[in-house]
Amino acid sequence: MQKNAHAELIEQENQTAIMVLELTVNNHPGVMSHICGLFSRRAYNLEGIVCVPIGSGEVSRMWLQVNEETKLEQVIKQVQKLPDVLCVERHAAGHAVFSGLAAFV
Amino acid sequence: MYTMNGAQLIIKLLERQGIDMIAGIPGGANLPLYHALFESPIRHILCRHEQGAGFLAQGIARTTGKAGVCFATSGPGATNVLTAIADAYLDSIPVICITGQVPASLIGTDAFQEVDTYGMSIPITKHNYLVRSVEELLRIIPKAFELALSGRPGPVLIDVPKDVQAATISFAEWPEPGSRLAQPPADSGQLEAAAGMINRAKRPILCLGGGIIHAGAAGEARALIEKCSLPTTMTLMGLGALPADHPQSLGMLGMHAARSTNMALQECDLFIAAGARFDDRATGKIVEFCPKANVIHMDIDPSELSKLKTAHIGLVGDVRESLGRLLPLAQANERKIWRNQIEVLQEMYPMTSPEAVVPEKPYGLILKVSELLAENGFVATDVGKHQMWTAQVYPFKRPRQLLTSGGLGTMGFGLPAAIGAALAFPDRQVVLFTGDGSLQMNIQELATAVEQQANVKIIVMNNNSLGLVRQQQNLFYAKQYFASDFQIDIDFAAIAKGFGMKAFNAKAGCDLPELLSIVLDQPGPCLINVPIGREEEVYPMVPPGASNSIMLGGCNAEKCTC
Repeated sequence: MQKNAHAELIEQENQTAIMVLELTVNNHPGVMSHICGLFSRRAYNLEGIVCVPIGSGEVSRMWLQVNEETKLEQVIKQVQKLPDVLCVERHAAGHAVFSGLAAFV
Repeated sequence: MYTMNGAQLIIKLLERQGIDMIAGIPGGANLPLYHALFESPIRHILCRHEQGAGFLAQGIARTTGKAGVCFATSGPGATNVLTAIADAYLDSIPVICITGQVPASLIGTDAFQEVDTYGMSIPITKHNYLVRSVEELLRIIPKAFELALSGRPGPVLIDVPKDVQAATISFAEWPEPGSRLAQPPADSGQLEAAAGMINRAKRPILCLGGGIIHAGAAGEARALIEKCSLPTTMTLMGLGALPADHPQSLGMLGMHAARSTNMALQECDLFIAAGARFDDRATGKIVEFCPKANVIHMDIDPSELSKLKTAHIGLVGDVRESLGRLLPLAQANERKIWRNQIEVLQEMYPMTSPEAVVPEKPYGLILKVSELLAENGFVATDVGKHQMWTAQVYPFKRPRQLLTSGGLGTMGFGLPAAIGAALAFPDRQVVLFTGDGSLQMNIQELATAVEQQANVKIIVMNNNSLGLVRQQQNLFYAKQYFASDFQIDIDFAAIAKGFGMKAFNAKAGCDLPELLSIVLDQPGPCLINVPIGREEEVYPMVPPGASNSIMLGGCNAEKCTC
């Protein structure tokens, strides 16, 4: 019985849809903190973060791997409100940024 | 070319923003700023605690609609001011807070009076800055004002290391002052759909929130209310948006609303939220709020739409513009049946009774003061029973008349906010309703009131307890009055006199109306202590977390079958 419940849990977890948010943000020391804070404040886990400066280093590109939950819409709206966030795009799971990282873990 | 140091640049940029008053306290890390301020025509209001400075700036911002500015030093100065900033954030008040920081070379070394002000202020500001070079100030200061005033207003904090304040800068041209940006208009299709929904509604209710006040939309709201006969409730932050004596006014909704108002909301078939955000103190248990209603939500902040209750129609944009464009699309309608239904409820469950409005009782005291205060006066409150009684019965007539801490519910808000209002409008009178608990949380600002000779009349509704806490213990914690009754009786009049303020004690059997009129006639600040029975509760009351249909107490509660 217990084993079944455990298997069910694992199955549920596997079914949780993963998605990737791609942000273009200003590049300065507080930006990461601003964005991560919006998630942590809502008890929302960021499963993966990749961030690199682009162009001349004035802006950065950031990929956030997140579980799709009902509160995701609200967090995305909050992210869009941040003055340092220039653009938000959504991608499905299996984004090349994160699958490429698999070799390092 | 202009050449000056960072501190002088900040002060000049503030002057160019039209700032004429700054509240604050100097300290080690903002002394260059104060050295520059001495040379400026800007008036500095020296407070006695940085939280007081933050609330004083809020008092200016809430009454004028312009940004209020406060200064604090690093470390404890910054941590002290944060409560007032968080309060401004929750009520969407434009405040610019400039804090001193240890020199950049010492940041991160646990230097004397160093805290991570930037990190601590992230979740309680609309935006914040840690200035890393003097050149950045030319961009950051105007941008901070633009952000604080545009869209949904809010506080912006700027942390300035001491070496940045002292560094020299030469520049050719002044930046434009930051100002409120125009917002994209609401979607026309959605507006037409909203008008259609209003036209079809048989039992609509309009709810005006703080957004109506910020947007200056009271006139547009009133035109729509009168054309469509929309019964209208207000959130705590929206009080004054529609005059209390307007035939369509239902007063405040929610936890301490008139019974009839919450009952009407249970019946409505359309709920129109205009600049309101479905706070839990207003809605009660959200899934049972307006169970039969379609929802139209107008807000300038897209993240508010469907945050808590799904809106059938969302109008993102300036609520003043949205309401103005709705008016020609909405059909005139008398809605007599709905009107009658509400009037029956209002007659059945009045807010007050003849015995509750004698001047010795809380409602009576508040109503008496309302008769004595000139129409253009301001009313500030602290947080607690006195605040709810004031919200329930004070006949607010105009936007910005009431200053109260809504979202954060900060005890200690009232006195410094009232001083800010009085200094922003020196020719008008400000009445502060406070409690003995709240007053003690920023009582040191009595000194500021006297020093500035602020025209503030402080009415201490003194039940010698933390009244609303005590009420919850009475109703929900088996009458176990623990830590809510004070064990000593404080002589607030003597304390006020100690600060050099004129003060009175309303003794049992005194002529209270007469005494109140003496107090209001005093020039400058004045305090009166009025004893209130501990057992005086705020009714009706919706238990926290319960549906608004479950109300305890109030007139004719026993007749209610709900």
